[in-house]
Amino acid sequence: MLNFALRRMAWMAVMLVGLLAITFSISHIAPGDPAALAAGPDATREMVERIRFEHGLDRPLPVQFALYLGNILQGNWGTSINTRHAVWDDLVLFFPATFELVVFSILIAVGIGIPLGVLAAVRQNTWLDHSIRLVTVGGVALPMFWLGLMLQLALALHFGWFPLGGRMDMMTEPVAPITHLLLVDTLLHGEFAIFVECLHHIVLPAAALSIPALASIIRVNRAEMLETLNQDYVVNAMAQGLSLFRIVAIYALRNAMLPTMAMIGLRFGWMLGGTVLVETVFDWPGIGLYAVESAINSDFEPIMGSTIVLGFFFMLTNLFIDIVYALLDPRVREQI
Amino acid sequence: MTGTPLLAVEDLTVEFDTFDGVYKALDGVSFTLGRGESLGIVGETGCGKSVTAKSILGLVPSPPGRTRAGRILFDGDDLLEDGGARVRDIRGIDIAMIFQDPMTYLNPVFTVGQQLVDVIRAQQRLMPASERMSRAGARALALEMLERVHLPNPERQFSAYPHQLSGGMRQRVLIAQALSGRPRILVADEPTTALDVTIQAQILSLIRELIASFQLSVILISHDLGVVATVCDRIVVMYAGQIVEDASVTEIFDNPQHPYTQGLLAAVPHPGRPVSSLSGISGTLPNLLDPPSGCRFRTRCERATDACGTRPALEQLGTGHRVACWHRGAGP
Repeated sequence: MLNFALRRMAWMAVMLVGLLAITFSISHIAPGDPAALAAGPDATREMVERIRFEHGLDRPLPVQFALYLGNILQGNWGTSINTRHAVWDDLVLFFPATFELVVFSILIAVGIGIPLGVLAAVRQNTWLDHSIRLVTVGGVALPMFWLGLMLQLALALHFGWFPLGGRMDMMTEPVAPITHLLLVDTLLHGEFAIFVECLHHIVLPAAALSIPALASIIRVNRAEMLETLNQDYVVNAMAQGLSLFRIVAIYALRNAMLPTMAMIGLRFGWMLGGTVLVETVFDWPGIGLYAVESAINSDFEPIMGSTIVLGFFFMLTNLFIDIVYALLDPRVREQI
Repeated sequence: MTGTPLLAVEDLTVEFDTFDGVYKALDGVSFTLGRGESLGIVGETGCGKSVTAKSILGLVPSPPGRTRAGRILFDGDDLLEDGGARVRDIRGIDIAMIFQDPMTYLNPVFTVGQQLVDVIRAQQRLMPASERMSRAGARALALEMLERVHLPNPERQFSAYPHQLSGGMRQRVLIAQALSGRPRILVADEPTTALDVTIQAQILSLIRELIASFQLSVILISHDLGVVATVCDRIVVMYAGQIVEDASVTEIFDNPQHPYTQGLLAAVPHPGRPVSSLSGISGTLPNLLDPPSGCRFRTRCERATDACGTRPALEQLGTGHRVACWHRGAGP
């Protein structure tokens, strides 16, 4: 098991270098002159050249890449031409906001999706199954930002149950950051009132973000449950008199969880990079907005920094899923 | 045999709804199993043997399966009467079952021991909580059962996963599961079909040994007359969802009355006899979506006449020999 995890981690390091190479070359092959853009429309040729020189943009690409790798390892992720902040500082500020939102969303999606998927499979072709299917088709088909707007309109504006946006109230004094995850930091400081406030703020954006993931988790889990419930070992468990609960929730579900885990991992990684719409609607200061703004301004270093962080966490997710897979299925453990 | 039989299947009729129509899997199947008796059910693939076995434990999936008529009496109680609650209470406790393909009947993601312990605990579900075994007790019984089915190295296999075991070892585990609750009836659905011949013989002798030591009544389902003859006292021959003959093993082998039974016997190879002495039964099993009226065997039967358009009843010939044929007899 440990061997398995170590090998996966070694692979991850290789992939990370690959990721760095790809993002680096793509951002340097892309059209648009970042130096000219940063200097502004009225800049003289000398000013543009100076910016180009300051950022090393005049050096050959392999040299730029080597320098970049060295800088990354030293924690020097460059400066945003646009915000004039160190990219690392920006990422430390923005990424945890997104991470918190995505983790909360995936917890909602898994916590609701798996029971609903199981229920739909056990009650196949009943009104319950059909109603759940309605939710899943809707969840897959409806755009996330529209769902977010509707949630805002109904639950925040009309009923006033939830705040419109942001991570906490404007007037609240933020706690000193430890992990930059507000839900964790407030608990660490023992500020339960602020914790509840943050929780209150995260519900609507997390709900909007979780709907598509929820829908696909239900669909995969239902299909897998239907298949496992038809397996011989389920028939045997029935014949030996095991309770329906044990058969469904343990014998069948553990087998059905294998493909479902793959879907959860995929969705989680996809949500990390795809939160920009929800972040825009709910005024959530996350990495999605940061990355998109940087991209619009051809601001390379933040783009590369964001991509590395997102890619790194995507790989971490995959590693985590692989390990869960191995924990769930003894046959996977032995393949390594 | 006195009083009520341990198990009586009466006029069991089971159908399956398919896209192409209603598949008439069982048509008026009736037989009894006495206390301590070993009954074999033989017939070709698709003749309804497995459906019969699964019906006894209420394991026929519904939908698409449907019990159209009939009763299944266990010790005089109708298991079909109250919508399945009664049959759920006897599963694994009074009647246990083992299956054809041991490769797929164990859950791949749990250890053998865990699955055995789960079954042992389920077998005690109707006892008052104070009488049930502790986890440790169930574990001890599980190990004891693994020894009784002669699984080599039970301590180690206890924490093995099913894919680490051979087919024969898995079948032993399944037998241990079935017998750990000390059931009165064991239903064995083709328990050796998926195994190598040498393993087959081992498993059969194990089953024979356990029948004696657990005082089991057995229903053994097989397409192999030889397998059934080594274990059973009595044989029921099924064809296309109907029982065609029912007699003691010696009667079936020495005095078969139904042309189908005679055909089956002629198709059993014997050591020392030339292969040319073997003969098959020409034709194939009729389509049970639209079975022939009357005797379902008449489309393949050399003796068929117009009379066979009417269904022959199972006629009692004395000494517990029953046969359903208008032209019964020793044959040409």
